[in-house]
Amino acid sequence: MSELTARLDVMKTYKLFVGGKFPRSESGRVYEVTDSKGQWLANAPLGTRKDTRDAVLAARAAVKGWSGTTAYNRGQVLYRVAEMLQGRREQFAAEVATAENIGGKKALALVDQAIDRWVWYAGWTDKVAQIAGGANPVAGPFFNLSVPEPSGVIGIVAPQTGYGYSLLGLISVIAPVIATGNTVVVALAADAPLPALSLGEVLATSDLPGGVVNLISGRTADIAPTLASHQDVNGLDLTGAIAADGPGAAAALEASAADTLRRVLRPAVDPSALDWTVAPTTDRLLSFLETKTVWHPMGI
Amino acid sequence: MAKTNKKAEEQPVQPVQPVRKTGLFEYAPAPESPAAAGDIATSYGHFIGGEFVDSSGSEALKTVNPATEQVLAEFAQGTEQDVDRAVAAARKAFTDWSALPGSERAKYLFRIARIMQERSRELAVLESIDNGKPIRESRDFDVPTAISYFFYYAGWADKLDYAGYGANPRPLGVAGQVIPWNFPLMMLAWKIAPALATGNTVVLKPAETTPLTALRFAEICRQAGLPKGVVNIVTGDGRTGAALTAHPDVNKVAFTGSTPVGRSIAKQIAGTRKKLSLELGGKAANIVFDDAPIDQAVEGIVNGIFFNQGHVCCAGSRLLVQESIQDELLDALKRRMGTLRLGDPLDKNTDIGAINSAAQLARITELTAIGEAEGAERWAPECELPGAGYWFRPTLFTGVSQAHRIARDEVFGPVLSVLTFRTPTEAVEKANNTPFGLSAGVWTEKGSRILWMANQLKAGVVWANTFNKFDPTSPFGGYKESGYGREGGRHGLEAYLDV
Repeated sequence: MSELTARLDVMKTYKLFVGGKFPRSESGRVYEVTDSKGQWLANAPLGTRKDTRDAVLAARAAVKGWSGTTAYNRGQVLYRVAEMLQGRREQFAAEVATAENIGGKKALALVDQAIDRWVWYAGWTDKVAQIAGGANPVAGPFFNLSVPEPSGVIGIVAPQTGYGYSLLGLISVIAPVIATGNTVVVALAADAPLPALSLGEVLATSDLPGGVVNLISGRTADIAPTLASHQDVNGLDLTGAIAADGPGAAAALEASAADTLRRVLRPAVDPSALDWTVAPTTDRLLSFLETKTVWHPMGI
Repeated sequence: MAKTNKKAEEQPVQPVQPVRKTGLFEYAPAPESPAAAGDIATSYGHFIGGEFVDSSGSEALKTVNPATEQVLAEFAQGTEQDVDRAVAAARKAFTDWSALPGSERAKYLFRIARIMQERSRELAVLESIDNGKPIRESRDFDVPTAISYFFYYAGWADKLDYAGYGANPRPLGVAGQVIPWNFPLMMLAWKIAPALATGNTVVLKPAETTPLTALRFAEICRQAGLPKGVVNIVTGDGRTGAALTAHPDVNKVAFTGSTPVGRSIAKQIAGTRKKLSLELGGKAANIVFDDAPIDQAVEGIVNGIFFNQGHVCCAGSRLLVQESIQDELLDALKRRMGTLRLGDPLDKNTDIGAINSAAQLARITELTAIGEAEGAERWAPECELPGAGYWFRPTLFTGVSQAHRIARDEVFGPVLSVLTFRTPTEAVEKANNTPFGLSAGVWTEKGSRILWMANQLKAGVVWANTFNKFDPTSPFGGYKESGYGREGGRHGLEAYLDV
């Protein structure tokens, strides 16, 4: 059978994921994503500062609805994401394999873990308040209760290193933050955006309200500083801020975040040593929460 | 400085002594003896490595009694070398202190709490003299609350495995702590008690207008036999604080104070591995619905804004009153404000003491002048102010809009801005319309509305049908630009653990 008679594949146009929709970059620009041998894989949108600001708007608009959704319901939505990802397991394995230059079997195992991570965090949504909050036995006739609440809009610099970073790592930073009712804007790993952009398609079909997760591919040095300095961002996860200097470096982003005292989760001491297959703890789940304490007198 | 009887409205006021005209009750003066504060040295050095030592520099600051403007003592302006020495002492002490069984650390904290109880009268009088707050507050609130934090965190020291941070959570190392002048000893307790319980050692800098109780606390540490270097006190102004928070061998920075300073600290430590907790400014809304019990609400409003001369980060400085009861509530509030007794902080009858410093008085004066200039209507009860010292009448502004400076800026004084609302949704919008998010108050008899409001308000502490309540078991801290991290309760441990 000659090449001409073989069926031609339909290639995918990778697009941003903002407000539940799939826009191209407002700049109209793309950049080439290649595999480890330099072979062209796809064109990814070159997301800009403006795209990032649009995404923050979408994330802010989604806060009220998502944080107001019952924890039970949020858990169901997160579990639905796992279901959708399960159905596209092979596609993601192929994308992860080329993104991280690993074999298909290893990539499949990473996707399986990514699915399971959604399930793990799905179960946390209606339990976190009981481990993070509590009744306070104050010395007086008062009912006194502390409850965790989401911080609001969180900017995430997605993992750019560590085994499994392109999908499992990404999910490991997104899922805990939205599980508690935050919404997120993610600066995707610049060299491995394809599994992440495909994840947007999964999220769009998982009953997740538009704007809860927003995914921007492009230069970290453009996107991350926009998130770090944005007045309407409440917290910043710098996991993937691995640049040694420049505007995308963790120190610069943290200093920028100080302007409105945005909460900051610093990158690991050695981000290259991360292994995203390691079972998570509650650390990330508890990172972007505010504790609210309510007092009321008791009496008749 | 003794205070005279209350006089009836018509009677002439004796010129030299402060008098509040109330027309209600007359009180004989009941002054606490200033001598109960114990010996105040003419000059103080730092407390480093278990000893009182001289500063490496020669600059000295003075702390005055804000009710009389008399100098109480001189104290050292801490230099970078002083800070370095204190951090080194804390570092040296950390090895043994962190290795001590939690049960032994606990006993030191219990000892400290007990000695503070024994010396509580002395501490209260000293606090009132140095700070200007009424003895009733230092005696009944500041000192017992400070003690309760030591008792509370003492109990945690050998139970950290159960605090929810995994088995055997580790301390951070040396904590650099900078505290404000509004609750000097209580803020010290909020900082030092959890730090020590978790196995850290500390260098604490008290505020430059109120160093005396921290220096007295150093003596208590010695009486308790606390190992040398576990607690170090370095005095000075903001320069000393900046040297401490910037010190490379400090692992943890804890700051309570203004939002601008908190912001500069957050910037300063960006890119380091220092852990940071910040408890900053506030502009709390105290929201009164039309079904609220008016008399209780008035007490809550007064406590919310006039407690401690309004020098409270979580003060209820914005009164949001439902339009339909505005007149009734304001009449009752003004009546109540007319009975507040302003004057000698050492008089046990005094409700409102002295403003802490000339600088703070100037800021309150400036902001209230701006309030008038922007068109808000000012009201304060008839009130004779003492001749010497720093004083400010309890003041309220009506006709305040959300754009007014007095509705946006933290005044940190006895100044209440009154705004109105019609619906619960409008109340929430106005209450949350601030970059701060430390506290809020809600007054209504309707339980479901309390819970709905509490859920909607972006504030770390919500007081419903009460205000300005604190307890060591209860986490305290802010949303948004009021800072991050919590003090008090199990949550307060996290700020001092490597988790």
